[in-house]
Order: sequence, then C-alpha cells, then structure tokens
Amino acid sequence: MPLMLWNALLLALRSIRRNAMRSFLTTLGVIIGVAAVIIMVTLGSGATAQVTQQISSLGSNLLMIVPGQPGPGRSLNVAPFRLQDVQALEREIGSLQAVAPVASSTLTAVYGNRSWSTLVAGSTNEYFIVGNWTLASGRTFTESELRAGAAVCVIGATVRRELYGTQDPLGTRVRLRNFACEVIGLLQPKGQAGFGRDQDDTIVTPLRTFQRRIAGNQDIRSIQVSVRDAALIDKAQREIEQLLRERRRVAPNEQNDFSIIDTRQIAQALSGTTQVLTLLLSAVAAVSLVVGGIGIMNIMLVSVTERTREIGIRLAIGALEREVLLQFLVEAVVLSSFGGIVGIALALASSAVLAQMLQVPFVLNLSIIALAFLFSAAVGVVFGYFPALKAARLDPIEALRHE
Amino acid sequence: MSAPARSADAAVPLIELRGVTKVYGSGTAAMHALRGVDLRIDAGEFVAIMGPSGSGKSTCMNILGCLDTPTSGTYLFQGVDVGRLDRNQRALLRRHYLGFVFQGFNLLNRTSALENVELPLLYRGESAAVRHERARRALAAVGLAGWEDHTPGELSGGQQQRVAIARAVVTEPEVLLADEPTGNLDTARSHEIMGLLTQFNRERGITILMVTHEPDMAEYAQRIVRFVDGRVASDERRTPQTARGRA
Repeated sequence: MPLMLWNALLLALRSIRRNAMRSFLTTLGVIIGVAAVIIMVTLGSGATAQVTQQISSLGSNLLMIVPGQPGPGRSLNVAPFRLQDVQALEREIGSLQAVAPVASSTLTAVYGNRSWSTLVAGSTNEYFIVGNWTLASGRTFTESELRAGAAVCVIGATVRRELYGTQDPLGTRVRLRNFACEVIGLLQPKGQAGFGRDQDDTIVTPLRTFQRRIAGNQDIRSIQVSVRDAALIDKAQREIEQLLRERRRVAPNEQNDFSIIDTRQIAQALSGTTQVLTLLLSAVAAVSLVVGGIGIMNIMLVSVTERTREIGIRLAIGALEREVLLQFLVEAVVLSSFGGIVGIALALASSAVLAQMLQVPFVLNLSIIALAFLFSAAVGVVFGYFPALKAARLDPIEALRHE
Repeated sequence: MSAPARSADAAVPLIELRGVTKVYGSGTAAMHALRGVDLRIDAGEFVAIMGPSGSGKSTCMNILGCLDTPTSGTYLFQGVDVGRLDRNQRALLRRHYLGFVFQGFNLLNRTSALENVELPLLYRGESAAVRHERARRALAAVGLAGWEDHTPGELSGGQQQRVAIARAVVTEPEVLLADEPTGNLDTARSHEIMGLLTQFNRERGITILMVTHEPDMAEYAQRIVRFVDGRVASDERRTPQTARGRA
C-alpha cells in the first residue's frame, strides 16, 4: 500500500510537470483562496490585538463615571459631579486604588509663535495613577499647587512636539486662553488610543486651576477610578452605583442619572466587532477556496477525458480500480496542496507588508495556517474524487478505442 | 511467477471456451456478437484468429483477454471460471498472466520507452531497481537497446510496436494477446514484428493469440481459427513458416 501511494505520487508529479502551465493556472484559485483567508485572519487578529492593547493603555481596571445616560441629548441638563462626590468615593469604597476627578475642555495652547489645539484636563495626581501615566521628565503637582490652583501643567508628548520641537519644555510657560502656566512635567508617550484619539495630545493642570481659570465653575465632568484588583471590578461598580444614587438623590424607581463605563466592556465590544468582521471576510475568502476547488475538479475532468486512452492502457495492463482512483486523487491533492503552500507563502509575505502599511501588529497565527493547508488538501480530495472515480470506472475496451 | 502454472496438470487446458455467447443490447436491438464458441488452447500454442469484420473475433479476443465477460457459456483460464471473477480479480489476472499488444501501439505519450515498459512492473509493485533492469532487458530483447530514453513521438511505427511488445513480455506472461499487431505497419516492419512474436513463442514458451486480417501474418501461426457470424468456422493446425525462412 505505501508503495502504491508512492507510485501514485510519482505518476501525479510526472503528469503535473508535463502540464506545468495548466497546473499552475488551475491551482491559482486555491492559491488566492488560501492567501485571502490567511491574510484576513492575520490582519484581523492584528487589529483585535491592537484594540485590546490600546484599551488597556487607557488604564488598568479603569472605570469611568460620567453624568447622564448614554444616548443623544440626554446628558445636557444633568448635574455634574462635585468634589464631595469624589471624596465620598475615596472614603467609602475600599476597593478603589485611585480616584481622579476630571474636568476638561479643548483649548488652544500657545508657546512663542506656535499654537496647538489640545485637550486640557484639570485633575489631581491620582489622574496619573488611574491612566497609567509615567513621567518622561520633570515632576507631578505638589500638595500646595493642588490646593492653591497654581499655574502649572504637565504636557503630553504630542503637545511637546507641536509646540517645542526638540526644545526642552521644562520651566517654560505655555499660554492657555488667558493665563500662562509653567510646564513642570513631560508625560511618557502612550501612542494612539482606540477610537482614533491621540492620548498624548493633552495638557494636565491641577483641578482647581482648571476650575478657576478655565471653566469658571466647580463642575467635575467625569470621575475616573482604578480598582485594586480585576476581580473586584463588578463589586466596586455596584458600590459606586449605590453611593452615587444616594448622593444624587435618585429615587428607587428612577434610572441612574450617571453612567459607569468599564473599559473592559469597550475592549470586548470593539474586539468583538473586529472579530465578527474578520470572520465575515474570512468566510468570503473561504468561498474563493471552494471556487478554487471547483476549478480543480473542472481541470481534473478535462484531464480524465484527455487521458482516457492512457487510463484504458493502465486498466488493460492490470491496474486496479483503486489504483487508478488513487492516481487521479493524488494528482488533485498534490495540485491543491501545492496551491495551499504557495498561498501560505503569498499570504505571509503580503500580510507582513499590509500590517506594516496599516500599522497593525503582525500576529502570526500558526493554527490558521495549518488549517488553511489542511483545507486546501481536503479541497483536492473532495473535488478530485468525482473525476478520479470517473477515471477508475472507465471500461478498458471503450477507453482503448477512445481517440 | 508463472512456473507452477506451466507445470499444471496436462488435462487442464490453458484456455477453454465452452458455448460462449456475447450479446450487446437487448430485445429487438440485441446484437449477437458471439453465438456459441467452443475453443481450447493449450500452453505454448501460437494461434491466429481470422475472419471478416463483425465476425466476432474482436469480441472473442476481448473475452479471452479478460477485458469483457461472456453473456452465457464458460471461459476457463487454467481451470478458473473467469465469468465469476469481479472486475478487480480480472485486472489481477491480466496483471499476472496476460500481456497485450494493440494495433495502435497504445504507448503512453511523452513518456520514455523505458518508462512505458516499466509500467506493468509498477503495478506489480516491483522496486525501481528491478523495474529498470527488467525493462532494459526487455527492450534489448526486442532490439531497442540504446533507445530507452526516446518517447513514442521520437520512434518509428515499427519501433513503437517493439516497445509495446517489450511492455507485454516484460512480466513474462502466460499469454500474449495481439490485436492486429501489424495493422499499422508496412510489410517489412510487419515481418520483423512477427519474427519477434515467433521468437518469444518458441524461446520463452509464451502462448500467443493474434487477431489478424493478413493471411501473410497468419502464416506464422501453428493454428488458424476462422470466425464467421459469431461462430468458429474452421480450426486448422499447420506447420508454421519460420521468420528465418522468409528472411
């Protein structure tokens, strides 16, 4: 039996070599199908990995609390938070590692003759803990600066690039609307966040500074908290909800007038979307694999008809039905697996290039490569079987008479 | 391989047809190709089968070659009822006991003479070394030493038929069935081919059954069976003319 298989392989390779051009065109369908599936899955896993990584860069175990419910227009006349809410959270919920009140607004920052529109946030030093920020140089706010609302700020890498170029920003004064504040720290860059926002495009001031000099009120637009342990997130979320309902006097039968956003859920939703999209595109690509299989079946049928006399000779000489079947089946499988191998090579090369172009990490998924190869071989078996059976069932007398 | 068969009981003939009929189609469209053929052929014979077109000689040849089965009657090959064998068993019988030579040569195109001759050995599961060696010897035996790497397209008709004969005898079959082996060749080439067949019959004891139209070629046989209307019309044993005698 192994010898029989070996012979069949030998015969198949001979026959493929004799019709090199036709064999290549036949396998093109499988090549494209396999390549398409692998490219889709590779780029898709890359995109998913990127989204997950970006979301986690927002901060670990991060909950964002904002006034109002998600939906159009509903948060317009909802009361913002007060500093007392923040203090209550710090005081009463033990599972929180850090609580950062945030007030923010988009402003134009000016230094020398350059200006740059950026997101200015007023907060406390907890903000850096919650958001996983580290300093590239300089320092964070002192207690007295926070209490007094001093004109100091920490700037992100993008703001530094746009306003200072390569110059050292520490100690300089950047003008925000109607006051100038001293740059005391520079944040370590984090890169692009999900939803396309550049996290490094930011300036952070003490909360009081922001409230007094920019907003002109005591409003807190959001509270960001980080939970000590991922396992405690759900519990913390329930406790925060309870506490804020009480403090904001939400009647038991009313809906929350605030929302608690878990960044894990955003991550799941986003990567879920990417995965569905990947699956969809892969399914489309898989269809082209099937079409490639039909191409192989077609050419195998042509081949069987063309080689009817050859089959007749083999049968007359004493080839068994299953030997002829195996010969043609192996030929189809060799063709389709060859297409699979070329398709894999093509996919790896082009997804490496595409990942570079689309700035998506190149995630090598070995199991999908193995699967694509097995599938291409299976395509050969499935679509090669019928033509091979047709060959094996030929009547040797008729086949020998065939012109 | 075939040694035990040759020493078989003399009472069992190599080939025996008993009341063999072959009908194609059915009802009013039925075509009676053979209408009851009785024939007995012993090992080592050289039999020419003659007859006009449609006399049933080709049908008989197909049945003798185990490519077809009788509609009724019995075909015994070395005492085995071929009619009871299935398709695969008949293929195995052909593989181990029969060799075929056709009018149209029927070699594999774009395949070297050596590979063509190796083909039956491949199906016998011989190793590459054994295949090469035996195919080379068979080609040498038909006078084609040095032509191993030529494809059929590069060979003359006579040479192609020699390759086909080499392919038929490389397995040392019991019986060589030749269906108008000289039909596509000129006279000189035809006599060369007949010389080869005679040689294999005499020197290796291979039984030869040959269908031919040409009385000249039938002269080489020890026995001439004539078919008319699906029946054996005459069965004549004779002293064959030798190839040497002609040359």
